[in-house]
Amino acid sequence: MFKDLRPTLVSFALLTLIVGIGYPFVMTGLSQWLFPDQANGSLLLRNGTPVGSSLIGQPFSGAGYFWSRPSATAPMPDNALASGGSNLGPTNPALADAVKARIHALQAADPNNTAPIPIDLVTASASGLDPHISPAAALYQAQRVARARGLPLGTVRALIRRHIEARQFGVLGEARVNVLELNLALDALPHS
Amino acid sequence: MTTNGLLQIGLLLGALFALVKPLGIYMTRIYQGDLPAFIRWLSPLEHICYRAGGIKADDEMGWPRYAMSLLWFSLSGVLAVYAIQRLQGALPLNPQHFGAVSPDSALNTAISFVTNTNWQGYAGESTMSYLTQMVALTVQNFFSAASGMAVAIALIRGFARHATDSIGNFWVDMTRSTIYILLPLSMVLTLALASQGVVQNFSPYQTIQMVETVRYDNPRIDANGNPIRDAAGNPVTDRLSTREQTIPFGPVASQEAIKELGTNGGGTFNANSAHPFENPTPLSNFLQMLAILLIPGALCYTFGRMVGDTRQGWAILAAMTLVFACMLSVAEFAETAGNPVLAALGIDQSVTPEQSGGNMEGKETRFGTVNSALFATITTSTSCGAVNSMHDSFTPLGGLVPLVNIQLGEVIFGGVGSGLYAMLVYAVIAVFIAGLMIGRTPEYLGKKIESFDIKMASLTILIPPLLILCGTAISVMVDAGRAGVANPGAHGFSEILYAFSSAVGNNGSAFAGLSANTPFYNIALAVAMFFGRFWLIIPVLALAGSLAGKKRIAPGAGTMPTHTPLFVMLLIGTVTLVGALTFVPALGLGPIAEQFTMTSAHQEIPHD
Repeated sequence: MFKDLRPTLVSFALLTLIVGIGYPFVMTGLSQWLFPDQANGSLLLRNGTPVGSSLIGQPFSGAGYFWSRPSATAPMPDNALASGGSNLGPTNPALADAVKARIHALQAADPNNTAPIPIDLVTASASGLDPHISPAAALYQAQRVARARGLPLGTVRALIRRHIEARQFGVLGEARVNVLELNLALDALPHS
Repeated sequence: MTTNGLLQIGLLLGALFALVKPLGIYMTRIYQGDLPAFIRWLSPLEHICYRAGGIKADDEMGWPRYAMSLLWFSLSGVLAVYAIQRLQGALPLNPQHFGAVSPDSALNTAISFVTNTNWQGYAGESTMSYLTQMVALTVQNFFSAASGMAVAIALIRGFARHATDSIGNFWVDMTRSTIYILLPLSMVLTLALASQGVVQNFSPYQTIQMVETVRYDNPRIDANGNPIRDAAGNPVTDRLSTREQTIPFGPVASQEAIKELGTNGGGTFNANSAHPFENPTPLSNFLQMLAILLIPGALCYTFGRMVGDTRQGWAILAAMTLVFACMLSVAEFAETAGNPVLAALGIDQSVTPEQSGGNMEGKETRFGTVNSALFATITTSTSCGAVNSMHDSFTPLGGLVPLVNIQLGEVIFGGVGSGLYAMLVYAVIAVFIAGLMIGRTPEYLGKKIESFDIKMASLTILIPPLLILCGTAISVMVDAGRAGVANPGAHGFSEILYAFSSAVGNNGSAFAGLSANTPFYNIALAVAMFFGRFWLIIPVLALAGSLAGKKRIAPGAGTMPTHTPLFVMLLIGTVTLVGALTFVPALGLGPIAEQFTMTSAHQEIPHD
C-alpha cells in the first residue's frame, strides 16, 4: 500500500513543474512574441491612452451613443471584475419586468421609433461584458443617434454598415457590431 | 434551423470525424509505448519522472494496486489544491493581492478540480491568484483528465488481454497521457486561442477610463458585509457613478486549452467560455467545441484498435453520435424558438441575417442561439461543463437537454476516459440484457460476462442516480438548501437537481442562479463529486481486472455481434431506458412542469 508513495510524490511534483510552471510560462512567452496585442487584452487607444478593450463591453446611456446589451453584473453594468449573466429563468416574472423596463428606456429615448426592438437589445448577455450587438440592434438605434448628434441618418447607417463584422469565414458564429469601436468611430466623425 | 446553422454543426462534426482516426491511432501507439518519431523530443520529460520516482515502465499492476495508485495521486491533488488556495496570499504571482480562499470553498474547489468536475463555486477573477490558476487549477485539469484516460485504457486492456491479472501501470498511463497527448495538443490550442484574443500574460489588472460615465445603485452593507434593508425589506442603495473599468488579465489561454481538451470546464473567469477573454470569436468557439469532443471521440477508435477490431470502436461512436444528434435538435429547436413570455411584449425574436433571434437572455451576440445550444449540448454530453451561455436562462426544453445529457451518465462522447469507460459498462449491461432475452451466457469481445462483472457494472450505473436524487431530495427539504434558489417555482427545483446532477456526473456546468458558494452546498456538492468520481472508478477497475483474468472464447453461433446497427440500437436503448426510468419523475417536477407553465402563461396574455 505504501510502496506507491514515492512515485506519487515524485510524479506529482515533477509533472506539476512541467504543466503548472513550464507550460504556462512557455505559452506566455510565445503568445507575447506572436500575438502581443491579443495576449494583452486587445486594448483600444484614443490619443495614446487606453479607453477600453475591444473585447470587453462598456455601458452607454447617452442618446448620442449606441447602447450595449444589458448587463447583469453587480453593482454596475459591464463590471469586468464580476462577469456573469442574470441567471433569470424564462418564466421568472423578474425577467419579464426587466425586459419591460428596458423597452421603456429605449422608447423613452426614441419615442418616434415604432419598429419592434431586437431581442438582444433587451436581454442580458451571458458574460455581462458582451462587446457586441446584432446589426439589427445597431440599425434600430441609428435614428436616435443621428438625431442626438445632428447627423444625417444615412451617415450613421453607413457607419454601422462599415462596422458590421460578418460571420467568421462567412460561416461561423453570428454577424455583429462592436459597440465600443462603433461609438469611438462616431466620436471621430467630423462635426456637422 | 437555418442552412447556416446546419452548416456550422456539419463542419464541427466533419472536423471531429476527420480527426478521430489519426488521433485514435496516435493514442494507441502512445499507450503501447511505440512513440512516433515526431514526439520523441518530449521523451526526456517522461524518463525523468520514471527515474526520480523509481517507476519501472514494465512493472504491471493488478487492479487493486492500479486503483490505489490513482487514489494516492488524487489525494495529493486535493491536498495541494486546498493548500495553495489557503496560502495564496503569501505566495508569488498574486498581483491583485487576493487573500486566502475560505476553507469550505477551498475544499469544494480542490475536490471539484481533482474529480474533473470543475464546478466553480467561486468567481475566478476576484478570488484566485495567477499562481493558484496555474499551479493548482491548470495542473489538475491535466491530472484529472490523464487519470480518466488511464482508467479507460485499463478497462480496454481488460477486454484486450486474457488470462492475466494485470491491467497496466497507472504511473506510465497517466504520465504518457499528460506528456504525449494532453500537453502537445494544449500547446497548439493555446496559441490558436491567443491569436483570437484570449489573454495570456502575468500583468496586474488594468484600470481604464471608459468613454461614458456610468451611474449605478450600490447596495449599502453593514459591518459584517450583509446588505442593509429598509422597513419594507428592500435593499438600501446609494446612487454612485464611475468612469473606471478594471480589466482582468492572467495566463488564460494556457488554462483555456486544457480546460476544453481535458473536458474539465473550470474557467479562469466566472462567466467561463462566455467571457470574451476566454472565448472571443466564433473561431475560438469552434475550436473549443472541437477540443471538448476530440479526445473522447478518438478514444473510441483507440478502443477498437486495442481490442483488435476497429468496427467495435465505430459502433460505440455511432451510438454516441446518434443520441447526440437527437439531443442537439431538441436544444436547437427550443432556443431558436425563443421565449413566448417575451414575444407578448412586442419584441423581435425572429431569426434573420441581421440578428440571431431566439432566446437571447444569457447568451452572447457573437455565438447567438445556434452556437449556444450546440455548446451546451457538447459540454454536457461530455463531462466538460464549460459554458458559453447561461444554462439557467435557457427555455425549459432547452435546459432539459443539458440536464438529461448529464443524467444519462455523460456517455455520449463523455469525459476524456470517463465517457468511454462508462459507455463500455453500458455495453456490458446491453449484452447482459440481450443474453437474458435469448437465454444464453452474455459475452462481449470474447469475454464471458459473469456475475461479478454485472455486479460491478450495476454499481457503476446505480450509484450516480442514488447520489443525485438523494442529494436533491435532502436539499429541497432543508432551509440551507432552499435558501440558495434564485428562480421561483419549478425552475428553482431544476436549479438544485442540476447542481447535484452536475456534481455527481463530474460535469461542472450549472443553473448558476443557485447560490452554491455557501457552507451547505460547498460540502454537499463536494461529497457528491467525490463519490460520483471514485465510486465509479473503483468498480470499473475491478471490472477491468476481472475481464483481464478471463480466457478469450471464440465467437459461436449464439454470440451476438457487437459492431452491427442492431447492437448500436440496443446500446442506445439501454442508455436511454436506464436514464429515463431513473429520472423522469424528477424531470417532471422541474423542466417539464415549467414548460407547461410557460406555454399556458403565454396563452393568458391577450394579444392586441
